[in-house]
Amino acid sequence: MIKVNTEDFPWHPGMTVRALLDEKLFTFRHIIVRVNGEFVPEEDYEKQLIQDGDDVLVLHLMAGG
Amino acid sequence: MGTILKDYSYTPAKVKRGYSGKSLYINVSDLSIEQKEITDFMKEKFTGGKGFDLWYLWHAVTPETRWDSPENEIVMSVGPIGGITQYAGTGKTLVCSISPLTDMPIDSNVGGYFGPLLKFSGWDAFELQGKSEKEILIFIDGNNGRIQIEEAEDLPEDAHLLAEELTKKYAENEDDMVNISVVCTGSVAKHAYMGMLNFSFYDPRRKVCRFKQAARGGLGTILHDKKVKALVVKYRGVKPNLNDAADISTINKVGVKYHKEMHDLDHKQNKMRQIGTANTIMIMSQYDLLPTRNFQMGGDPETVKISPQVFIEEWLTQGLHDGCWYGCTMSCAKCADHFLLTTGPYAGQRVTVDGPEYECAAGLGANLGVFDPQAILEENFYCDTYGIDLISFATCTAFIMECYQRGQITREQMGGLDLRFGNSQAVLELMHLMSRGEGFGKIAGLGIRKLKKVFVEEFGADPQLLQDIGMEVKGLEYSEYAHKESLAQQGGFAMAIKGPQHDEAWLIFMDMVNKQLPTFEDKANALYYFPMFRTWFGLVGLCKLPWNDIVPADNYKTDSPAKVPEHVQNYVDLFNAVTGRNIDKEELIIQSERVYQFQRVFNVRMGKGERKDDYAPYRSLGPVTREEYLSRQELYDKQLRDFQQLDPETMDLDEKIAATRRYREDQYEQLMDAVYRRRGWTENGIPTPERLKEIGMDLPELLEVIEPKL
Repeated sequence: MIKVNTEDFPWHPGMTVRALLDEKLFTFRHIIVRVNGEFVPEEDYEKQLIQDGDDVLVLHLMAGG
Repeated sequence: MGTILKDYSYTPAKVKRGYSGKSLYINVSDLSIEQKEITDFMKEKFTGGKGFDLWYLWHAVTPETRWDSPENEIVMSVGPIGGITQYAGTGKTLVCSISPLTDMPIDSNVGGYFGPLLKFSGWDAFELQGKSEKEILIFIDGNNGRIQIEEAEDLPEDAHLLAEELTKKYAENEDDMVNISVVCTGSVAKHAYMGMLNFSFYDPRRKVCRFKQAARGGLGTILHDKKVKALVVKYRGVKPNLNDAADISTINKVGVKYHKEMHDLDHKQNKMRQIGTANTIMIMSQYDLLPTRNFQMGGDPETVKISPQVFIEEWLTQGLHDGCWYGCTMSCAKCADHFLLTTGPYAGQRVTVDGPEYECAAGLGANLGVFDPQAILEENFYCDTYGIDLISFATCTAFIMECYQRGQITREQMGGLDLRFGNSQAVLELMHLMSRGEGFGKIAGLGIRKLKKVFVEEFGADPQLLQDIGMEVKGLEYSEYAHKESLAQQGGFAMAIKGPQHDEAWLIFMDMVNKQLPTFEDKANALYYFPMFRTWFGLVGLCKLPWNDIVPADNYKTDSPAKVPEHVQNYVDLFNAVTGRNIDKEELIIQSERVYQFQRVFNVRMGKGERKDDYAPYRSLGPVTREEYLSRQELYDKQLRDFQQLDPETMDLDEKIAATRRYREDQYEQLMDAVYRRRGWTENGIPTPERLKEIGMDLPELLEVIEPKL
């Protein structure tokens, strides 16, 4: 299990940041991802692995509307 | 054309540090024209824009004034930064009046050239009062210092024709047409409470008049009631430092930095330069936020048919500059050119359609169950030229459609219109009827609050159901975001001062997706900061879009990326550079709060502005119907378990709906308590004297209004 934006979410071996975004249906492009507080650049989404127990923050940057 | 009824000469005041120092007052009852001084007190307490509007409006009206009272005013002002050409989104005018929909002050912001050209013609603000006996138009010649009031018989009703005719009339030649801006409404304004104001700007590449709208709250209806067909301003000679900025070098520097961001990052971020605000249509659907079929659902698989890509590839002209004021590199005012109309009085003609903006595609599209880009563009065109606030129209029509489909009203009661979801031809026919003031079109133009009464009293509809599904607060229709799962946004809409419009706060991602606002206090804090911050744009002449529809590449490194700190600093720098003052970020918020609290007290003065006025229809808070509950059953059942320790397995559907409703309504009450505390209001929503004193707004006339309510 991992935390995504403070809530529990199932983890599986080999889960990358990209896979997590796909599973969460986070399709908005304008986001910031931090894993255990560390910023993950967009070019690393495909290769950055998420470990069981990680705390992931996916900030959607839209406060406009 | 038109007999001249009044010819008035003046010496145009030169703008100094962002202000001309003068405002224009015209009373169309007796055709009197006056100049007023913009005082230091006004600048200190109200800054400009909406602040000036509300201050003048306060002194024009009484608690008994209604929208069609002669003393009601339409007031407009662009603010001190308005009209600079070095930064994006700097031509916004704020318009205020007592609304026919809400019976209290409405404010609406609008692009186009009118506000800046008015200021450069010598006027920081413009008050229009009275009622004319004949149809008239008012022409302000800012170069020659002349104001003429003319008879305006036999002019076209609809905006695209009227603006073109007046632009040609007052321009000396084709090159001069960019120096003209027209404010007008359209044929709907005489029949409906949701008439809006079009503000024109001439597009020399397309050779057409384009429009932006002061859409909300029936401002066009008021203009028509005053028998003012149009306001026209002409000013030739726009150049970079007409505001006489104190520090032009800082303005240039901040502007260049911002334009580089737009150039380098927009295509990777929101694509504002390709599609404008409609870039979010698919995103909203994917995140369950696109209001669909009267806000019942938050999206639909058919949304793909009206996706940004469809509009970009098949409908919207690409590669042209589409700013609604000089220097706006965001350039989001997109157009469908050579669009062939298929219905109504202009069927068979090819026109330029300004849009669709997000609200149009969401409201006239998904919320009506219409997933046809061509139909949306045709609706868009007719809303603009008829002068209809498309948000009120869309939300109101969605309500009518649901009432019809739930058997609350019949086809016969709608004069034979088959207003089922998805029937775009019936939607267009409703618009055409509204423009002619015929049949059900005239009834629909009343707006949801009054329609609920008609449907219950005359058609025998269920009052509780209509209260639950009629998406209005304070008499104003909701703008187009589904938000059942964001408590903060429920408050952002229903506790907005003028009514449920998202220009005060859009907190759905922060709250529902990012989970950055877990407590009532967190939500209340956001419902303090964002409205106060966004109010500021309307005080100084800025568009809100450049704030956060593009962000610096390193924005993620900041402590509060949602606030886009670098852009906030840009705004502080721009204000100081124009005015020569020395505010900081904290003072910026105080400037806003002075006007925000003033507007709340104004509402109180008009018999509104209390807790009773801040309640949302239940469709905003949770699932009204079985279908809505079932569409998110897994989520709602989980919430029964997690939040109320109930076992959904032992409950039938109606019990689950009732338990969810009790819980959510209680949550909303708690949110109201927290927000009122944070905003410095009593439990009944009245600003306290202590809070007014803290921000320097303990003015005797305000205290006189609130003291009986404490």
